[in-house]
Amino acid sequence: MTGADVVFGLLGIVCLAAALLVVTARNVIHAALWLVVCFGALAGCYLVLTAEFVAWVQVLIYIGAVVVLMLFGAMLTRAPIGRQQPLDSTNRPVAALAGLATAGILVTLVVASFKGAYVDIHHTEVGDGRVLGTAVFRYFVLAFEVASVLLLAALVGAIVLTRSDRD
Amino acid sequence: MHLTLALVLSALLFAAGVYGVLVRRNAVALLMAVELMLNAANLDLVAFDAWFKDRLHSGQTLALFVVVIAAAEVGVGLAIVLALFRMRDSVAVDEAIDLADRDPVRRPVEQTQ
Repeated sequence: MTGADVVFGLLGIVCLAAALLVVTARNVIHAALWLVVCFGALAGCYLVLTAEFVAWVQVLIYIGAVVVLMLFGAMLTRAPIGRQQPLDSTNRPVAALAGLATAGILVTLVVASFKGAYVDIHHTEVGDGRVLGTAVFRYFVLAFEVASVLLLAALVGAIVLTRSDRD
Repeated sequence: MHLTLALVLSALLFAAGVYGVLVRRNAVALLMAVELMLNAANLDLVAFDAWFKDRLHSGQTLALFVVVIAAAEVGVGLAIVLALFRMRDSVAVDEAIDLADRDPVRRPVEQTQ
C-alpha cells in the first residue's frame, strides 16, 4: 500500500460516488454537474497513472466541451422547466439487477485475472505532450487522419440533423 | 500501485453506466450514462498502458481517440435528441417506440404524477 494507492483509492471513491449520483439524480442539470465531479476525479486518476496529457485532454474535452454540450441539450429540451417528467423509467429493479450483475461479474473477473499485478509508476515514461505527440504523429498518423475525417462527418451530420426543413 | 485498483474502479464505473442506460428515460441523461461507460474503457486503456510500460504508448493514444469518438458521438447524439424533441415534444426514450418490434397498438404511457 503506497501513497499512489491511497491517492488513487480516494479519487476512485469520489469518482464512483459521483458516477452513482449521475445515474440516480432526480434532475438532469444536477446529473450533468455530478458528471463534472466524476470526470475531474477521473482526470486525477489518469495523473496518478502517469498519463499526463490524457488527463488534460479529459479536463479540456470532457469537462469543457462534452458536459457543456449536455447542459445545452438539457436546456434546449426544457429539462428542468415545463412538464416535469420522471427521469427514470419503471424498470428500475431490472436495471439495478443488471447493473449489480455486471459489477459482480467484471470485478470477480479482473480480481481473479490480475491479482497481484503491480504498476511501477516510478519507472515508467510519463505520457506528457511530447511523448504522446510523437506517438500520435509517428506511429498512429493514419488513425489520426481517419479520426479527423470522422469528426468532420459528425460535424456535418449534426448540422444536417438539427437544421429545420423550412428554410 | 496495484493494477486491480484501477480495473475494479473501471468495472464499477461501467456497471454504473449500464444501470444508467437501462433506468433512464430522458435521452440526455441516457447519453451521460453512455459517457460513463466510455470513460470506464478509457481508464482501462491508460492503466494497461502504464502496466505494460508500452514504448509506443498505444494505450494512451487509443484513449485519446476514444475521447475524440466520444465527442463526435455526443454531438450527433444530441442532434438526434433535439430532432426527436422537435418531432414529439418529449425526449422520453420509452415513448419513441415506432421502430420497436411489438404489437402495433400503442401501449398507453404511464401518466406522470
